[in-house]
Amino acid sequence: MKSKLVQYSIILIFLIIFVVFYKSLKDTNIYTPEVKINNDIPIFSTELLISNDELSSTEIFETDKFYLLNIWASWCVPCRDEHPILMNLSKNNKLTIIGMNYKDNKKNAKSFLDELGNPYEKIIVDKNGTNSIEWGAFGVPETFIIYNNKIIKKYIGPLNQELLIEIQKIIK
Amino acid sequence: MIYSVVGHYSLILGLCIGLILIFFSIQNFKNSNQLDTKILSFSFLQLFFVLISFLALIISFVISDFSNETVFNNSHTTKPLFYKISGTWGNHEGSLLLWLLVLTLFIFIFLLRTKNQPIKYKILTLGFQQVIIIGFFLFLIQTSNPFNYLFPVPDEGLGLNPILQDPALAIHPPILYLGYVGSSIIFSSALAATTLKMITKSWAVHIKKWVLISWIFLTLGILLGSIWAYYELGWGGFWFWDPVENVSLMPWLALTTLLHCILVLERKEILTSWVIVLSIATFTLSMCGTFLVRSGILNSVHTFANDPERGLFILIFLFALIFLSLFIFFFFHQTTKDNSSNFFWLSKETSILVNNWFMMYFLSVVLIGTVYPIFLDVISSQKISVGPPFYHKLIAPFLIPFLFAMAIGPGLKWIRSDLKDKIYLISLLIISILISFFIVKNFNTNILINTILISSALYLFFITLRDFFNKKYKNFAQNTAHFGFSLLILSILFNNLFSSEIITNLKVGETYDNSKTKIVFESINQKTEKNYKSIIANFNITNSEGINNNLSPELRIYNQPNITTSEADIETTLMKDKFIVINLVQNQDYFNVRYQVKPFMLWIWLSVIIISLGGLVSFLQKRT
Repeated sequence: MKSKLVQYSIILIFLIIFVVFYKSLKDTNIYTPEVKINNDIPIFSTELLISNDELSSTEIFETDKFYLLNIWASWCVPCRDEHPILMNLSKNNKLTIIGMNYKDNKKNAKSFLDELGNPYEKIIVDKNGTNSIEWGAFGVPETFIIYNNKIIKKYIGPLNQELLIEIQKIIK
Repeated sequence: MIYSVVGHYSLILGLCIGLILIFFSIQNFKNSNQLDTKILSFSFLQLFFVLISFLALIISFVISDFSNETVFNNSHTTKPLFYKISGTWGNHEGSLLLWLLVLTLFIFIFLLRTKNQPIKYKILTLGFQQVIIIGFFLFLIQTSNPFNYLFPVPDEGLGLNPILQDPALAIHPPILYLGYVGSSIIFSSALAATTLKMITKSWAVHIKKWVLISWIFLTLGILLGSIWAYYELGWGGFWFWDPVENVSLMPWLALTTLLHCILVLERKEILTSWVIVLSIATFTLSMCGTFLVRSGILNSVHTFANDPERGLFILIFLFALIFLSLFIFFFFHQTTKDNSSNFFWLSKETSILVNNWFMMYFLSVVLIGTVYPIFLDVISSQKISVGPPFYHKLIAPFLIPFLFAMAIGPGLKWIRSDLKDKIYLISLLIISILISFFIVKNFNTNILINTILISSALYLFFITLRDFFNKKYKNFAQNTAHFGFSLLILSILFNNLFSSEIITNLKVGETYDNSKTKIVFESINQKTEKNYKSIIANFNITNSEGINNNLSPELRIYNQPNITTSEADIETTLMKDKFIVINLVQNQDYFNVRYQVKPFMLWIWLSVIIISLGGLVSFLQKRT
C-alpha cells in the first residue's frame, strides 16, 4: 500500500520545482561578473600559497589601510610583464600587496616567484577560480585597490608605468 | 514564399489531424474489437503533412528564400549547400519541426509494427502520443513558427552561427532527437500499459525494442555532440559537465537503468514500479532539458533565442505531462507483492537492483549539480557555478563498487546463484590490482584512489574479455556493452592522468622550449574562402622522443555573422591525440597558443561506439 502522504509530498515537490522554474524564467541569467566598484569586498576563507595555512578574509584586510589585490598565475604571460611594476609598488610601505594565485599549480607558482621575486605579503590560493568570480574578475591579470574593505579601483589586464603612477597618486 | 505558405498550412492540417485522431481514438477505445483503419491512415496523413512542411523549410533554406524569417535569421547565400540544408535544424524553429517529424514518424511505425498487443493498448498509446504531438504543434505554431513572413524581403540573410557549421553538428541533432523522441513512445506506452494494468512480460518484450532504439540513438547523439565540442570549441576535452551536456546525460542514465529493468521484467514480473517511473522520467528529463536550454535559463550554444514566452509554454506543458503521469501512476498502478526484499542476495535480480540504485545516485548527482544553481539563484539571488570537481568527487568513488557489480552481476543466475570459479575471479582481481598499481606508481602522485579505480575498471575489462571466448556465455550483446564501458572508463582515467598541457604566447618565428617539448611557430598563411577568411599558423613540434609534428591550427573570421572561431589542429593516432589551438589576443602581435597531448582520446570515442554496438546486437537478436 502506498501511503497518501507520499503521494501528496511528491506532488508538492513537483509544484515547488514548477514555481522555481517559473520564477527563474523571469530573471535574466547572463552570467557576467559585476564590476563591483565601491562595493564591500567579498568575505571568504582560503588557503595561503607559501604557508598552507587557512585564513579568512577579515584577517587579511584591515580597515584604514590600502591594499592591492593582484590576481595572477604562473602560466599567464602578461603577468610576467607586469611583475616588475608590482615589485616596484611593494617597496611602498603605505600599500600592502596581496596576491591571488589563479588556477595554478603550486610548484610552478613558487618557481615563478623564485625567478622574478615575490612582491606579495600574502598569497591566496584560488585553485578553481571561484574566489575571483566573487571578486568580479574576468581573468588574469587583474588588480584591485582596496581601502576600508571597499574596492575603490579595478584594473583589468596588466599594469604598466602609467597605472603605476596613478596607483601611487591614489595611495597618497 | 510559396513554400512558406505550403509549410505553414501543412502544419495547421497536421494539428487538425491530431485532434481528429484523438476523437477517433476515444471512439475506437469504447468498442475495440479491432483497430480502426482510419486511425492508421490518418496517422500516415499526419506524418505526410509534417514531412511536407519540413521539406518546404529545407527548400526555403536551399533557395535562400529570405522572405521567410527563419531563413533570414539563420542562412546566407554564400553558405555551402550542405550547411544550408543542415541549417534547417540548426535553429530553434527548424529543430522543433524536426522533433515533430520524428514524433509523427515514430508513432506511425509503432502502429504499423506493434502486433500481438491488445487493441486498447495501441489506441491508448496513440492517444497519449497525440497529446504530446498536439502540444508540440501548438508550441510550434504559437510561439516558434518556422514560416513567419518578412516584408520587405531582405536581400541577404544573417547567416548561421559558424560554430554550428560543422559536419558532426549537422547530424548531431537528428540523431539525438531520434533518441529523445523514441523515449516519448516509451512514455506513452508505459502510461497506456499502466492504465490497462498490463505491465507484464509480454509488454516488456515488446517495448524492449523501442527502449533499445532510443538508447542507441541517444548514446550516439551524445557522442557526436561530445566529439564536436572536442575539436570545435577548442577547450580540448570531451566532457565539461556543462549544463547542456548534463541535460542529455540525465535521460541517458534513466534510459540505461530502464533498459536493465526491462531485461528483468522480460523474465519475471518484478520491478514494475521501477519500469513505470523510469519510463516517465526518461521522457520528462528529455523535455526538461529542452526547457532549460531553450528558455535561456541556462546559457549555452543551444540557446537560440531567449524568449520567456517559449519557456513558459514548455514549462506548463512539461508539468502538465508530469502531473498527468503522476496521476496515472498513483491511481492505476498497484504494487504487487513483488517486494525487492525477498530476492536472494546473490542473484541477477539483486545485481540489477544494485545497478539501479547506483544509476539513480549518479542521476541525482547530475540533476542536483545542474538544477541547484537555478534554485539558489531564485531563492537567495546567489549565483554559483558547479564545476567538474563537484561531479568528480561525488561520482568517482561510487564508480568502484559499480564497476565490480558490473563485472560480477551478469555472470550470476536468476533467482538464486552462487559464485562459480572463485579462484579465477580472485586471481583476475589480483592481476588487475597489480597492473594498475604499476601503471599509477610510475606516473602519478595520488596513488590510492587511482589504483583502485583503474583496478576496478581493469577487472571489468578482463572479465568481459574472457567472456567473449567463453562458449557457455550466451549474452554477447550485454558483454559487448559492458566491455565497451570498461574501455570507456579506462580511457577516461588514462586520459585524465596522463594528459599534459602547455599554454604560452608566441609571435611568428618564436620558439617555446621546456626540456620535454619544443614548439616552433614557423609561419602564418592567409586564405580566403567563400564565407570566411582564415589565418593558418604553422607549428613544428618536437617532443622528448624526438618525434616531429607539423600542426596548423586555424583562426576563421566569418563574414556573416562576423564571428571569429578557432579551429584546433589535431593529430590523432591510436595512442594519443596532439591538440593545438591558437587564439587572438586583443591589441597584441602575439597569439595565445595551447598545446595538449591527450592520450587515448580515440579510445573514448571507440568505446562509446562499442557500447552502442552492444545495444544494436541486442536489438537485432531474436529472443532466445
